[in-house]
Amino acid sequence: MSWLIESLLAGWLLSLMSGPLGSFIVWRRMAYFGDTLAHSALLGVTLGFVFDVNLNLAIVLCAVFVALILASLQRQHFIPSDTLLGLMAHTTLAAGLVTISQVDSVRIDLNAYLFGDLLAVDRQDLLFMSLGCVLVLAVLSRMWRGLLATTVSEELAQVEGYPVARLRLLFMVLLAVVIASAMKLVGVLLITALLIIPAAAARPFSQGPKQMAILATLISMVAVAVGLGLSYQFDTPAGPSIVLTSALFFLLSQSSYRLLSRA
Amino acid sequence: MSDYLIKLNKVSLTLQGRSILKDIQLTVRAGEIVTLIGPNGAGKSSLLKLALGLHPVSSGQRICLPNLRIGYMPQKLSLPETLPLSVKHFLQLARGYHKSQLMNVCQRLNIEHLLKRPMQRLSGGELQRALLARALLSKPELLVLDEPVQGLDVSGQSELYHLISDLKDELNCGVLMVSHDLHLVMAATDKVVCLNGHVCCEGHPQTVQQDPSYLELFGKSMPAHLAPYTHHHDHTHGEHCDHSHESSHQPGDKS
Repeated sequence: MSWLIESLLAGWLLSLMSGPLGSFIVWRRMAYFGDTLAHSALLGVTLGFVFDVNLNLAIVLCAVFVALILASLQRQHFIPSDTLLGLMAHTTLAAGLVTISQVDSVRIDLNAYLFGDLLAVDRQDLLFMSLGCVLVLAVLSRMWRGLLATTVSEELAQVEGYPVARLRLLFMVLLAVVIASAMKLVGVLLITALLIIPAAAARPFSQGPKQMAILATLISMVAVAVGLGLSYQFDTPAGPSIVLTSALFFLLSQSSYRLLSRA
Repeated sequence: MSDYLIKLNKVSLTLQGRSILKDIQLTVRAGEIVTLIGPNGAGKSSLLKLALGLHPVSSGQRICLPNLRIGYMPQKLSLPETLPLSVKHFLQLARGYHKSQLMNVCQRLNIEHLLKRPMQRLSGGELQRALLARALLSKPELLVLDEPVQGLDVSGQSELYHLISDLKDELNCGVLMVSHDLHLVMAATDKVVCLNGHVCCEGHPQTVQQDPSYLELFGKSMPAHLAPYTHHHDHTHGEHCDHSHESSHQPGDKS
């Protein structure tokens, strides 16, 4: 039973970060960008094994590195953004899969990294997630206005004197921390879902950006609890169960909003 | 003491091997309205971005007063539907303004009733005013406007130009703006710079209008029904004027 509480705790810590950050991803139309970083996380895991560094740290570093490459390539405009993202997402995933097969010192359960593994969440992960959560929330509350201003219009924000380039980098680092935290719970392939679905579900009932971030967090927390409960009850994989529950909430939110606005 | 707010000295802009702007000389002083006109693709918006410091210049110099406060009104915003943002939220993102100023600016621009409205639900004219309000919040010494009257009807355009001209006097700021149409801005501008990759001609609007290079760019292509609209209102509108009389003399309608 204690593992259930531990994974619930981990899921809630994740929700506290993914609610606000996922809202930014939706506002900035960066869902595919987040997905690309998430795909690169597997490469981070392998590199962590090879160089024997803390896996969470390795994932964060790898994701930030990929984000920087993406940002510099996007600025050059030689291929369309979506092509570039698709290219990077699957190249890094493939590189992760290939290198992981070459690491024979450790038996790695690939499924756990692709789709998440509840039982793999240990005390050390919880500690990392708590630290990550404090960091992400502290930075977000300090930089909220700047991040929102650059989301609305980078040019306007730059003229007004916001440190646009620094804020962009900061956002990527935060995103990398969330991805590293989410990896154990939902896996590489489903991280983006956890970021964007609760935010999308929160949208119809939000009158302001802060409200939407908070609502997305709450929806995500409920989805984690319900998803884990269902997974325990019916012996389904935890990550996908959580994602399905959030998707259900999204459907409910959309349809109830439509019904309400028609009435 | 320098008498200019901002000065572009022989600046050029080359993007991916293509020359966008060449050898531009541009100065904006306090209390002066400088209007950039030119055909599509003439580099008007690019020049504004150079002046704002958003793009680095390829060659030449951009000199501006230290700590110059700039208010910028972009041509448009592309806000995603997913972002719940009221006009008030939008204005509050401005940097370094005083709280009391927000209401003052909104009263001045007549947008108090819009504060709770989502940004995505504003009409063209309302959006321009919201953008202008954001630009004014920093108490700008230089106001930079990218096609401020875009998408407005003729009466809305001349109204907004008058507002800009009044605001310039109230704030004693310099104004640099882009416009498509010389005739409408004429009354509200001190200097016109006609741009087509380089400065074709510049000077007082009346002078520019006679300039051969201006006529070459605009004069010949202008159809008869867009002939200069010379009617000037000699009365001021009351606050709740419905402007119904505007429809009776459209440009070209020489009654």
